[in-house]
Amino acid sequence: MGMNIAHYAASGLGGIRTAGDLVARCQMRENMKIDEAKNYVAKKLDVDTQDLSNVNVMRDLREELDIGVITSLPGAAKGVEAKSKIADVLDIEIPSVNRLKNKIE
Amino acid sequence: MTEKYTTRKGDGRKIELTKSEIREDIEEGSADAANKGGINELKEDEKDKIVSLITDPSKVVSVEKGNEVPFTHDIGTLRLMGDQGNSGVGIPMSREQGVKTHERAFAVDTMELGHIDYSFKPAKPIIAQEQQTLEDILLSTIVPIWYGAMPNLGLYYAPDGQFKNPNELMPEGKIKEAKEAQEKAIEQAKEDMSYIAENLRKVGLDGLNIDTTAAAGDPDFKAVLEVTEELKSNPETEDLAIEIGMAAEHVLGMHGDLEYNGKQLAGIFPHEQVEIVEEAGGDLFGPVCNTKTGKSLPWNLARAVTFVKETSKVSDIPIHVNMGMGVCGVPMFETPPVDAVTRASSAMVEVGNVDGI
Repeated sequence: MGMNIAHYAASGLGGIRTAGDLVARCQMRENMKIDEAKNYVAKKLDVDTQDLSNVNVMRDLREELDIGVITSLPGAAKGVEAKSKIADVLDIEIPSVNRLKNKIE
Repeated sequence: MTEKYTTRKGDGRKIELTKSEIREDIEEGSADAANKGGINELKEDEKDKIVSLITDPSKVVSVEKGNEVPFTHDIGTLRLMGDQGNSGVGIPMSREQGVKTHERAFAVDTMELGHIDYSFKPAKPIIAQEQQTLEDILLSTIVPIWYGAMPNLGLYYAPDGQFKNPNELMPEGKIKEAKEAQEKAIEQAKEDMSYIAENLRKVGLDGLNIDTTAAAGDPDFKAVLEVTEELKSNPETEDLAIEIGMAAEHVLGMHGDLEYNGKQLAGIFPHEQVEIVEEAGGDLFGPVCNTKTGKSLPWNLARAVTFVKETSKVSDIPIHVNMGMGVCGVPMFETPPVDAVTRASSAMVEVGNVDGI
């Protein structure tokens, strides 16, 4: 509580509640600084950068794109299924998705 | 009577300061960092921003909407299942459950798997276990997954490790032998880190978080830099994201003569460390600024933000500042006060210009 939740309340993007995982992936894969990463993700999702931390926008958009939602939604993409969609939407490589593709080829 | 504001000491105790005392502490903290690091002090408007955060009457403060950043984590799921020594709360659960809890309940942007000892060395003999757990996690979670561990060169020295202990040799005047032991430890640590990275990358790991780098001084840092360069030159691991998080603000010269690309490692500060991390191929950098328990939150925060702002400025890779207990303004107390954490978090994003935490 003192660390995780406090930091999230103060300055956190929100993980899969919003677009936090997507921005983080761009930083990890492409060394993007924060503004570049947010602009890249916003462009790919066709939203304003302000919406990347807006749960009201991202909850529905994540369901529509089927890239994983935080609540337990029957039929929605889970785990690596969602990540395979994220790789397509963001046009980035995700190692575990590539591994799955290699397994089923 | 002059109005007083409640804030904290670096050990978490509540204290009361006037606005002018807060401003004075911010001036002194920033000047201390500037003096030690040979960098610029914060600008007046930046000091004003920290004053406004400290004097805000709210318990929780935050960045402006739209300024949020993603988080990476050290220690992984140990904060849930671990003991007090790991700042853990002792909940019996698997690491798979711990990762999912963080993803689904704590809104994390990335999450981490780590061995219960959180060092690379003990993870090596159980690599298959780590691979199997990682495979399960990667199948069922969405956020990027790091494997986190400490290089922890101390584990390679006697009595735990195979090399003579430099901390025992040096007081005996055996400087050459001490340096040789450290140089041997560097090579073994590199071999262990490389082995773990390669095997976890095979099963789909997103990133390697090398945490508390340089805790054992310049040999620790050299091992991390060289293994990063090796992993980035290896076709099997070149696309593995590598985050290098530091143990302290200053690299201790436990060896003293070690260099990387001709640059001496002992004695360098965060804005100098990041340039070397970039040269080695690191993808993210986690700077640290130590909290002084006898100084106030405004002093510690201004000092940390001064160092980190300069680090962000000179860096071409994302900066995910370390903001756990006892670093970068956060008080050195095992249940950190939320008022202090949220102020430190906000200042680091909006004045320190970090790319993440």
